[in-house]
Amino acid sequence: MKIESSIILRAAGHFLLPLLIIFSIFLLLRGHNEPGGGFIAGLVAAAAIALYLFSMDIQAARKALYVDPRDLIGGGLVLAVLSGIPAALQGKAFFTSLWWPVELPLLGEVKFSTPLIFDIGVYLVVIGSVLTIVLNLAEAEEKS
Amino acid sequence: MMLTAVFAGFVLAALAPWLTARLGGRVGWLFALLPAAIFVWLAGYIPAIAAGESFYYHYPWIPGLDINLTFLLDGLSLLFGLLISGIGTFIMIYAGKYLDGHQYQGRFFLFLLAFMASMLGLVLSSNLIALFVFWELTSITSYMLIGFNHEDEKSRKSAQQGLYVTVGGGLALMTGLVTLAMVGGSYELVELLGSSEVVQEHALYLPILLLILLGTFTKSAQVPFHFWLPNAMAAPTPVSAYLHSATMVKAGVYLMARLHPTLGGTDTWMIVLGLFGAATMFTGSLMAIRSSGLKSVLAYSTVMALGTLTMLLGVGTPTAIAAAVTFLLAHSLYKGALFMTAGNITHETGHKDFRDVGGLRREMPVSTLFGGLAALSLAGILPFFGFIGKELMFEAVLEANTIGTLITLLALASGIMTVAAAAIVGLRPWFGVRKPTKHTPHDPPLAQLLGPGVLASLGLLLGLLPFIAERSVLSAAALAIAGEPVELKLSLWHGFNLPLLMSAISLLVGLTIYWKWDTVRELLQARRFIDTLGAERGYDAIMRALVVVSEWQTRVLQNGHLRYYILTTVMTLFALLAYTILTRYPVWPGVDFSGIELQHLVIAVLIVLAALVAVSTHSRLGAVATLGAVGFGVALMYVMFSAPDVGITQVLVETLTVILLVLVLFRLPGFLDLTEHSTRLRDAIVAVLMGGVFTLLLLMAIDVQFFPSISEYFIEHSYPSAHGRNIVNVILVDFRTLDTLGEIFVLALAAVGVYAMIKLRAEDRKEGDRP
Repeated sequence: MKIESSIILRAAGHFLLPLLIIFSIFLLLRGHNEPGGGFIAGLVAAAAIALYLFSMDIQAARKALYVDPRDLIGGGLVLAVLSGIPAALQGKAFFTSLWWPVELPLLGEVKFSTPLIFDIGVYLVVIGSVLTIVLNLAEAEEKS
Repeated sequence: MMLTAVFAGFVLAALAPWLTARLGGRVGWLFALLPAAIFVWLAGYIPAIAAGESFYYHYPWIPGLDINLTFLLDGLSLLFGLLISGIGTFIMIYAGKYLDGHQYQGRFFLFLLAFMASMLGLVLSSNLIALFVFWELTSITSYMLIGFNHEDEKSRKSAQQGLYVTVGGGLALMTGLVTLAMVGGSYELVELLGSSEVVQEHALYLPILLLILLGTFTKSAQVPFHFWLPNAMAAPTPVSAYLHSATMVKAGVYLMARLHPTLGGTDTWMIVLGLFGAATMFTGSLMAIRSSGLKSVLAYSTVMALGTLTMLLGVGTPTAIAAAVTFLLAHSLYKGALFMTAGNITHETGHKDFRDVGGLRREMPVSTLFGGLAALSLAGILPFFGFIGKELMFEAVLEANTIGTLITLLALASGIMTVAAAAIVGLRPWFGVRKPTKHTPHDPPLAQLLGPGVLASLGLLLGLLPFIAERSVLSAAALAIAGEPVELKLSLWHGFNLPLLMSAISLLVGLTIYWKWDTVRELLQARRFIDTLGAERGYDAIMRALVVVSEWQTRVLQNGHLRYYILTTVMTLFALLAYTILTRYPVWPGVDFSGIELQHLVIAVLIVLAALVAVSTHSRLGAVATLGAVGFGVALMYVMFSAPDVGITQVLVETLTVILLVLVLFRLPGFLDLTEHSTRLRDAIVAVLMGGVFTLLLLMAIDVQFFPSISEYFIEHSYPSAHGRNIVNVILVDFRTLDTLGEIFVLALAAVGVYAMIKLRAEDRKEGDRP
């Protein structure tokens, strides 16, 4: 599948990738109160990388991702499991949510919480799973 | 303290590979400290328990299910605990030297220590479930140890056989124990021991008894399940000495003894245990003189001993129980010593068969002494402890009232053959003509002589001073088995009586058999039909059938064609749903068309039209596009009915699906009418049925409200308790976190699966040149 992509798509890919990734993080963080959340955000991020893959090539997409998508799966799962442990340490049921509101300059009150950590784990697993499939399929396609 | 004693073995097991890598074979002395410490600690209980006390420890585990880690320390568990830890001490030292420098010695100690801990847990547990867990752990560690030389096919096969037989029996045992607990009203042994009347008069008594016996008979290698034990000799010698003679195989005997107050004493108990025990005893001793391998003679004589113990528990008179505990102790001592000596012979000479060794007494004088002492105890010669055990055994079978004559004859016959086997073991390698050996033999180092020496000497010491064993543990053990005090009266001399006569006969005839052993053995081996007896052929048939069935079901259900997988899944789902709907909820739902607006109708019609095009089009791209239209239509529906999160997800998934399809589109075969008309008709029918039943299900779900909806609760509590206004997300990451965790694991697994499939295909292609 070696098709020269159009110059418009390539130019757009450069700008769209960071925008879409930021959008996905925005979706991830607002998820608790507005439509969004780890699952949706992960799909957006994965779609962004997939778009980049089509506009550039596989090496560029892998480079843009920095890490191997397989590691994202593992890391996400570990993070999700870890988010249950603080509650267990306090003697509460595993995965009981804990909240730590923090006052930050400029941003005002920000709520850190174990559900947020869990959601980040979901986010990483979704990106990792989708991209493991997409990137490897694309590679297999290129080789044949 | 009790918890520490039981679980220290598991902790040390986890450290074993690391320690062994650091210290090498000397580590055996270090590991021996643990069983030695446990032995000393248990020995501290001897005075109190000999005085009739028992100790009960309670640690909550799963209190909600009435499953607790409870331990009972009375005479019976003390006897077994002392045997496990005492013999274990010498086995650790022995194995350190025996397997010195072996590549996997660390792994070996891991399994051996884990086994020891499981065995201790088994004999000390008072809770039936905990007991069963430890029981299965001994089966698994035994499997690992038999298959220790895993590169040898015979080892693997024997390990598998041992595992399937004992774990198969374990399944029956679990059913039996759970039923027993239901009938007896408790999972605690301490409470069940006093409820024999309730249990024995219950209609389920017979099933309980048979199920439990199936478990104990397979574990303790009773006829017809005895075949796995001689095969288990594929394990390294320390394992044979420890697991397959002194401890694990006695777990079945232990459980029968333990449950004797609850289940024992009935006619069924007496006949089943008496008959099977006697048959095992006879088979074991016959097979012992029929074989010639160093370890197989000993293995079959272990089968004989296990049969004897079962038979004695079946007879159940005070004498029989006294005989059982005495015989048990005597057997553990001499059999442990004999196995370790046999291992030393193989280690020193390189030979594994009694026919190849002889006249070693000059090169290995100390081994000759210890091996000889142990063999004398096995033969039951005055003044060894084995003699007392054997005299009591004869006395017990003589006074047995049910099937007494039969088992007396069998006992005499096996007594004769046991003497012959003892002579083979105790004379053959040491005396007679010196036969050439592969290596020049010497007496092995201290670590390999300590065990045989101490155990064999104890056999002599306890024979001379039997009251030591009697007053310390045997009386208390007999009390625990009988449920009432038993007078043992252990002594060497009972006067001239029938048991002494039987001993004399077995000695004379046994030695005659030994004198003519080569002829007798060949005569017995020529009787090939003996090999076909026993359940091994049944086992083989079951294993073959298992392969045939799994091949058949793989061919039918997992044939590699996606369309059949989908067909099977859909039809199964349809059948289950339709059955449930038709039988359980016969009220047909009404359909309410009010509240439908024009835009809903437009989208619905669009979805239906797109679906129709998708199934009838002849262009693949067309099918992909129309399926996308269906998906986006559904997404629009979600948005209209205020589920934006679900709608967004649907849109994104549709997008990614298109991306994936683009990647594989060129790979797929041409989109032709490959299927028959009838196949398409079948698919259409399946689709319509499935669609129909799902429509029905949805209508019913709206129509019938069985429980108050939980969504009210979520809406109410989402912000106050979970600080989130997006209920969908709050449910995902807070209320139902565990569900989501499961889902992302499934997602990850799916990705790994797809990844493997892509990689495997790529590799296939690389090797694609081959025809």
